[in-house]
Amino acid sequence: MKVKVLCRNPDDYVRETKKDLQRVPRNYDPSLHPFEVPREYTRALNATKLERVFAKPFVASLDGHRDGISCMAKHPKSLSTLFSGSCDGEVKIWNLASQKCTRTIQAHEGFVRGLCARFCGTSFFTVGDDKTVKQWKMESPGYGQNEEPIHTILGKTVFTGVDHHWRDAVFATCGQQVDIWDEQRTSPMRSYSWGVDSISSVRFNPIETHILGSCAVDRSIVLYDLRKPTPLKKIILEMRTNAICWNPMEAFIFTAANENYSLYTYDIRYMETPVKVHMDHVSAVLDVDYSPTGKEFVSSSFDKSIRIFPVESGRSREVYHTKRMQHVTCVKWSLDNKYILCGSDEMNIRVWKANASEKLGLLTPREKAAQNYNQKLKEKFQHHPQIKRISRHRHLPKSIYSQIREHRIIKESRRKKEMNRRKHSKEGAVPFVPEKKKPVVAVVD
Amino acid sequence: MDCKRPFQRQMRLEENKVEAAMNQAARHDLLLPEESGFLEGDEGEDTCTITQHDIVDVVDITSASKHFNLFLNQFGPYRINYSRNGRNLLLAGQRGHIASLDWHTKKLGCEMNVMETVNDVRWLHTNAMFAVAQRKWLYLYDSLGVELHCIKKFNDVLRMEFLPYHFLLATCSATSFLQYLDISVGKEVAAICCKSGRLGVMCQNPYNAIIHLGHHNGTVSLWSPSVKEPLVKMLCHRGGVRSLSVDKTGMYMATSGLDRKLTIFDLRTYKPLTSFGVPLGATTLCHSQKGLLAAATGNIVQVYKDTHITAPKSPYMCLSVKAPIHGLQFCPYEDVLGIGHGGGFTSMIVPGAGEANFDGLECNPYESKKQRQEWEVKALLEKIQPELITLDPTQLGEVDAITMEQKRKEQVERLGFDPYEKTRFAPRRKLKGRSSTGNILKRKKKVAHEEKREEIKKSVAVREKEQKESKASAANQSSQTALGRFKK
Repeated sequence: MKVKVLCRNPDDYVRETKKDLQRVPRNYDPSLHPFEVPREYTRALNATKLERVFAKPFVASLDGHRDGISCMAKHPKSLSTLFSGSCDGEVKIWNLASQKCTRTIQAHEGFVRGLCARFCGTSFFTVGDDKTVKQWKMESPGYGQNEEPIHTILGKTVFTGVDHHWRDAVFATCGQQVDIWDEQRTSPMRSYSWGVDSISSVRFNPIETHILGSCAVDRSIVLYDLRKPTPLKKIILEMRTNAICWNPMEAFIFTAANENYSLYTYDIRYMETPVKVHMDHVSAVLDVDYSPTGKEFVSSSFDKSIRIFPVESGRSREVYHTKRMQHVTCVKWSLDNKYILCGSDEMNIRVWKANASEKLGLLTPREKAAQNYNQKLKEKFQHHPQIKRISRHRHLPKSIYSQIREHRIIKESRRKKEMNRRKHSKEGAVPFVPEKKKPVVAVVD
Repeated sequence: MDCKRPFQRQMRLEENKVEAAMNQAARHDLLLPEESGFLEGDEGEDTCTITQHDIVDVVDITSASKHFNLFLNQFGPYRINYSRNGRNLLLAGQRGHIASLDWHTKKLGCEMNVMETVNDVRWLHTNAMFAVAQRKWLYLYDSLGVELHCIKKFNDVLRMEFLPYHFLLATCSATSFLQYLDISVGKEVAAICCKSGRLGVMCQNPYNAIIHLGHHNGTVSLWSPSVKEPLVKMLCHRGGVRSLSVDKTGMYMATSGLDRKLTIFDLRTYKPLTSFGVPLGATTLCHSQKGLLAAATGNIVQVYKDTHITAPKSPYMCLSVKAPIHGLQFCPYEDVLGIGHGGGFTSMIVPGAGEANFDGLECNPYESKKQRQEWEVKALLEKIQPELITLDPTQLGEVDAITMEQKRKEQVERLGFDPYEKTRFAPRRKLKGRSSTGNILKRKKKVAHEEKREEIKKSVAVREKEQKESKASAANQSSQTALGRFKK
């Protein structure tokens, strides 16, 4: 007879001294872990609920400007520095870590229209309504010295925006035309114009650095190549575009913030239709900025809210608003991918978390592991109705809420009308126009 | 930015991950410290002739001490229950004697007499609480024997089952009610009238938390708290059902009836696999973690092996005790079978019955108080809602195809066209004379076979279906003989 009876030595399973960690033997045999799916579902549900409980995105408000914020710029090298320009010509430099203004410059008479830092972070440029471009040092002047710009360029017309090249000592301004400037010269190296109109914003591509995009008041978006004497391409949309932003990870993608309440992501190789239409705002979109990962972008709108969109999704994943925030004129995504900064009409700059329920500060490895696990669970069960309902639920101001409802009704009635028209006309007379094709009026090479 | 088929890519990535995780888990088996027990006879020797004394003589002292008898001939017969980690044992004599003990150390937890008939007894999620079904009502006691609750909504309870992941106590009563008590909040979740007389036979399916009830007319019904009707009703025996047991994987159900048969059913198909006679019919059945089946008939316990493959010629092990057996349970994570009978309690060694390697985060026989408390909080947080008890617990993780199809249909109706429909190939307009009629035809020809293939596939499918139907109807006609109607 051969016999073996299961017999465990307790010493293998109990800790030796009280200071040891408890021993936890594991066996991953699935039959010892029944109800895997329902238990994971319950965990996912709990994680989703906790996420909504801890969603407190507002971090701080920076006040000090004496007029509405008109533009903001990030510092390329220092995470804690932010530039902001206001409608009374004042430029302020902020220290985000201490949430204090470190320097104030009366830069222009009238609006500060544009603001950008040099790629090395040693100086920054401002343009204003007083037809000047000014370059300023990063260091504040010594005791007894006056705030003086390094250079001042007097232009012929009003400048509405400025952006600096990502590698060379070249910057671009826009106004009546797009001007490319060498930092050392007082006259533009090159001027681009296509038709007569005022251009509202110009942006350099961060990867293909000789490519520029601009948007004009005549509803067009124009692309330029610094190596060519003439503009590359022009698309005309149904309504005007307020701002564009390049994807920092994919050279050929940019997103345009449009007046018709939506944003359009374009691939510059196929400009006929946008890659994606992002809808959710209920008023004109004023500014857009990409996250440094290139996976998401944030947009600010005239409807007093900012929204975060995943690049491949047509709907926003998050909306931020407060009672006191007015029309949000400019928005930036901080370079550490953690914060969103927005400047609004009522003279305040607000700092938000990019991920509303994220815990700030250092995390212990166990916290981190638990967070990752919960994130994965939420992803796995995101389509279940209960979890979807909880994770999508947002409180909205009454004005936005009612406008959303109104737009839904408008859209529905339009769809019905079109369907009826199609039903009662010859086949093919009323074609199906996809949502992507609707806003494009023309593409000109 | 956009991949051609992002979802397919994502699915492929997920599948790869699952496979990698499975491989890793399989490799983890090498690290498991313990090996399960076994019993092999010499050549020509039947293992059922090996007595407990033979085993006790051979094995080490600790294992030998797992075979013992408690002589309690005053208040029997006894129902027994082991706690989830196999550490604590609960004894309940029919005449009111209740005792709980840590059977490894033989330390008594509490002992009392409730001065009433006791029908059944169950540990709840930890060894801090247990439920006792007494003559009239259901009582909850703590580990010291202090009465915590008397639940008068649950009357005349005969059998109980505890569903540990749902924190539900399922009870069946003499008045034909199946009731569920949520012990975490103390609410009655469901009360279902089964309308089939006295319910004295009950067991749970540990795989999906479905309750199986055996009835006097030989049927077994399967219940979930969210449905008022039985999910499944199956005729298992010609006489009444005497006892039931479902194994850990939830695949096999053993039933014994008054027709002196012990039948193993496959719960995936609800068809009998094997059936063999047991003298007098088994009064109690019990599956071990490793799939052994213990059957008690009168005062004899027989343990069978691999019953779902063939009907066994002789039992794996055998033991006769002094009095008729009333309660039977394999101890989790140990090679021990607990037997409650008229003369007290007997602990029988059954090598190869228990799972050798436990998972410390599920249930740990060696857990400290702190560990137990932490586990309790975690377990309460992930309590599964009673609505999620279904026949297939993995259903929740699968694609809800019905809703998906319905949604798509609604969308098509709303839009007036199908956005997912594959459009016919339309050649792109090219310049420099490459869009001449001949060129367009040529380009169309390149993909023409694909469309044709689709059409052919469809027509072939239709033809095959027709052929099958005609064959089936022909077979039906041929079976219309005198005896054909008995054919299944």
